[in-house]
Amino acid sequence: MRSALVFVICSIFCTAVLAQDVQKVLQRDFQARGQATMDRVVQDGLQRLCTDTNDRPPGDVARQLEADQMKTIAFPAGNLIGDWKNGERIAQNGRGLQWTDPAGATGGGSCYNCHQISPQESSHGTLGPSLLKFGWMRGSGPEMQRYVYGKIYNAKAYNLCSTMPRLGHSGTLTSEQIKDLVGLLLDPASPVNK
Amino acid sequence: MRWLPLAIAGALICTPVFAQDAKKEIQKYQQMIADGSPVELFELEGEALWKKPQGPNNVSLEKCDLGQGAGVVKGAYARLPRYFKDADRVMDLEARLLHCMTTLQGRSREEATKRVFGNENQPSEMEYLSAYVASQSRGVKLAAGTSHPKEKEAYELGKALFFHRAGGWDMSCASCHGEENKRIRMQELPVMSKPQFARPIMATWPAYRVSNSQFKTMQWRINDCFRQMRYPEPKFASDATIALNTFLTVTAAGEPYRGPGTKR
Repeated sequence: MRSALVFVICSIFCTAVLAQDVQKVLQRDFQARGQATMDRVVQDGLQRLCTDTNDRPPGDVARQLEADQMKTIAFPAGNLIGDWKNGERIAQNGRGLQWTDPAGATGGGSCYNCHQISPQESSHGTLGPSLLKFGWMRGSGPEMQRYVYGKIYNAKAYNLCSTMPRLGHSGTLTSEQIKDLVGLLLDPASPVNK
Repeated sequence: MRWLPLAIAGALICTPVFAQDAKKEIQKYQQMIADGSPVELFELEGEALWKKPQGPNNVSLEKCDLGQGAGVVKGAYARLPRYFKDADRVMDLEARLLHCMTTLQGRSREEATKRVFGNENQPSEMEYLSAYVASQSRGVKLAAGTSHPKEKEAYELGKALFFHRAGGWDMSCASCHGEENKRIRMQELPVMSKPQFARPIMATWPAYRVSNSQFKTMQWRINDCFRQMRYPEPKFASDATIALNTFLTVTAAGEPYRGPGTKR
């Protein structure tokens, strides 16, 4: 009875716009520019689900989609700890994938936009957690290397509606760049762990 | 003017700035840049352009109806975006200026939108005009249209757009502007869906940006957010951009306009 009433009231007053309608508006009112092509406004499954559920998807569906995202990660064999010095440069670099960036040029991870990483860099964002002492606290074994690599490659494999971009999956970073970032976080010689 | 951002950046880098001090430092900086801002020069240049006969019809924009009657500039900006019967759509300031350029002055849309965003050497006509029109609403409370069905529709679409996740990095506006006390680098992020944060922001756009010595409009602000969100480009003065602007301005309703502002 009560839900019927809510339905009747809602059908009169609720004007909420559906994600599929927003997508149609984007397709009409946006235009491709440079490497920023129009396929980017077409939501994939998780973008749609996260939009529809305010980033709180039902657990079982989320697990299934996270498993699908995990399959997109191609883990390289062997040691994943790259050059932390290059990792620091990649973390500082905020370019890549924008219509103002040349297509195919090497971009960065924009990591400092959201995270505290090396203690020397005081200009860091706070949208993501601090990564100070990341490897010092967690160690740098094969499992941890794999976790950090995977998380950077596709954060949605670990937390479906994470705010963090899928930096490998989206083509923002190469496998080598991600290894250098793993080095920045896990190498005992990195300033992150000093 | 060019030395100021460099000097401040230097001061920020050379003194150790800790998180708890950062906010104070930024506030101090904001006070400093407000003094000696060239906003007034943009307002004056905009007024001259408003009164300058242009286009095939060789008329000025002085008969342009910004919503308060033909030629009324006073208080017009604070009541935008709003529904315009003659165009049968909701328009923000720049959409309306473009409408007047094409209808009154007889200019083509293509010519009038050739260069909507300027640079530090040559600001755009839209930027000058926005500075002038907005300045004529100082002290007037923001009151975007909310009564016409198309205004309601624009608000709802803008709200949905604000929380819509897409683009190369899976972002919505709320990814950055959805949580309190967050920053990108040192830039504080206002939660634009909440009135207490939207009010001071919407009351000071359009604005002069000291860091790149440019006057920036709301259309530019929305455009540049989508660039950084790794979306394709929103078309200038499209319904999507006006809907977002409507959502933000309605959220800020009641705040006395005090722009054009001066930003970092």
